[in-house]
Amino acid sequence: MSGPLLKLSGVTAFYGAIQALKGVDLEVAPGEIVTLIGANGAGKSTLMMTICGSPHARHGQILYDGRDITALPTHEIMHMGLAQSPEGRRIFGRMTVHENLLMGAQVVAMRNYAATRDLVFTLFPRLKERLAQRGGTLSGGEQQMLAIGRALMSQPRLLLLDEPSLGLAPLVVRQIFGAIRQLNRETGLTVLLVEQNAFQALRLAHRGYVLVNGAVTMAGSGAELLARPEIRAAYLEGGH
Amino acid sequence: MNPILKDAGISALVALGLFGPMIGLKTEASATGLFLVPRPLALAAAVAAVFFGRLVLLTWRGRRPGRYRANRGLSEALKRSGRFLTPVLLAFAVVLPFISGRYGIDLGILVLTYVMLGWGLNIVVGLAGLLDLGYVAFYAVGAYSFALLSQTFGLGFWTCLPLAGLFAATWGVMLGFPVLRLRGDYLAIVTLAFGEIIRIVLLNATSITGGPNGIAGIPRPTLFGLQFSAAGGPDTFSGFFGLEYSPTQRVAFLYYVILGLALLTNWVTLRLRRVALGRAWEALREDEIACRSLGINVTVTKLTAFAIGAAFGGFAGAFFATRNAFISPESFTFIESAIVLAIVVLGGLGSQLGTALAAIVMIGGFEVFRDLAEYRMLLFGTALVLIMILRPRGLVSGRTPSVALGRRREISAELVAEGRG
Ligand SMILES: Nc1ncnc2c1ncn2[C@@H]1O[C@H](COP(=O)(O)OP(=O)(O)O)[C@@H](O)[C@H]1O
Ligand SMILES: [Mg+2]
Repeated sequence: MSGPLLKLSGVTAFYGAIQALKGVDLEVAPGEIVTLIGANGAGKSTLMMTICGSPHARHGQILYDGRDITALPTHEIMHMGLAQSPEGRRIFGRMTVHENLLMGAQVVAMRNYAATRDLVFTLFPRLKERLAQRGGTLSGGEQQMLAIGRALMSQPRLLLLDEPSLGLAPLVVRQIFGAIRQLNRETGLTVLLVEQNAFQALRLAHRGYVLVNGAVTMAGSGAELLARPEIRAAYLEGGH
Repeated sequence: MNPILKDAGISALVALGLFGPMIGLKTEASATGLFLVPRPLALAAAVAAVFFGRLVLLTWRGRRPGRYRANRGLSEALKRSGRFLTPVLLAFAVVLPFISGRYGIDLGILVLTYVMLGWGLNIVVGLAGLLDLGYVAFYAVGAYSFALLSQTFGLGFWTCLPLAGLFAATWGVMLGFPVLRLRGDYLAIVTLAFGEIIRIVLLNATSITGGPNGIAGIPRPTLFGLQFSAAGGPDTFSGFFGLEYSPTQRVAFLYYVILGLALLTNWVTLRLRRVALGRAWEALREDEIACRSLGINVTVTKLTAFAIGAAFGGFAGAFFATRNAFISPESFTFIESAIVLAIVVLGGLGSQLGTALAAIVMIGGFEVFRDLAEYRMLLFGTALVLIMILRPRGLVSGRTPSVALGRRREISAELVAEGRG
């Protein structure tokens, strides 16, 4: 068990005639937090969705845990130990917090439900208080916690997070990033984090990639990328 | 421009388009054939009525901002009253044949048929959020399955009932496959077409279905082999129990059959809501992309919704056939789909109690106002519009969570731990 948990090589993706990914190479080793930063429309969300098989990659290969998942249907990929908290949270607004968490646990047929739920509650105690409340009535931060908690209910080895800081107050962002770090340290969960909030993401992550127009232009450790002047200019100073 | 004036203007334009042919032109018969008489004054009056009516309505509504809050109170009250309204309705349904005459029981059968259809369609539209305008197709498949099986193989009602459900479910899956990628309006149009296709096939496959002549002589259901007939003897209901024969016995029996079927539909729906599949339906209605990201097999989830909803439509169809002893394509027109959908929407999508109430109000209302003849439809339309204005989310809006907390917290937590929550 030494190879990467996730490995993309030469992945392209299209929406009709529009090419959104132009040959992406990317690796995530077990136990790592890797962040993918880039401007609006760079293709970050597309990359996340392509890993999950929706849309499918047109060229290239996606290996998860050594297995080729490039052509598998989404629901099969999500049964292999990947979980995604999608962009915009997408929690079920009319369903309660409890029901949202149950939906997350469906893919593992409720195995270890109680233990996993308790883990989610220690990370986000607010969810426990709001258990009977409808998802749509939660605050933005609580909704994001629920989206992450729901993804965690499937007990993933690899967690894909698409812009968890979107539209949240700095204090809440710190709380959520803190939870991600805690998860990674204490449970060894591997995380691929998409962010526009480049500064905080690079400080949290072990390594980072910069995506521009559907192609990776830079890669390196979080500290390295933070120190690069072109990154500072494009994504940090007044960028976010 | 003043938005209220603009709105009234647009309404008037729509009215002009609609009423132009309907009111503005009148057909007159003459020796040489039909000819059209224009009626500009009547048309102008109708359009003006819409324009000023809309103007008055909007100004009046603008002045009363508190109205919607009051409405929410009403909705809450209805929801809370569900607690005792449900047992009261159920008790009333059980004793109805004893306290009512033949007419009342017949009306009860009719209402319950629509309650069952409403509950069946509710699975597809209310829970899974798939707008189906062709539900009557499954009703037809169920009815014809039973009729043909009994005619060809001499099978009885109770043997054919599950088969009718199975056939309808198969057709549900067949409809489901091509429409998997469709949503909203497009889904509605294709399902509507599907309903019409089934009816037209039934109408034209004369050698099998009898075409417009339909199928007659469909057998009545038996009670554990006992028939309901005036013949007497040990294999009839009256003979076996030593009762005097009366046709009401058969009608009452039919009533209990449909009551049982409807309650079965309700029970299955309530069960399903508490298991993974039912919860996935509701999640699918809210956000398909989120469902995919959670590893839900969207295809299977949608198809099961179509299949199970269709199966209940098929059961209801078999019952319809046995009750009437005669079926023809005329009974399965689009208006049936529309009525059932109206019941589900008016009741409040996804609400079991609301669906039952809406069926009682609508089908009962149809009967009560039978004397009004053609004005019935006008009244019906007005009632629909009024309900949609006053209660845009249906009679009983708001969804009951499928897992209870609070009082039953301990129990549900335990069930959850065992993976049954
Ligand atoms: N469903 C879609 N259909 C067509 N084009 C899309 C779709 N989703 C994204 N795109 C396009 O693909 C490109 C990448 O989008 P996205 O992956 O959402 O970027 P990011 O997440 O980095 O902001 C954009 O140009 C966007 O307009
Ligand atoms: Mg994005």
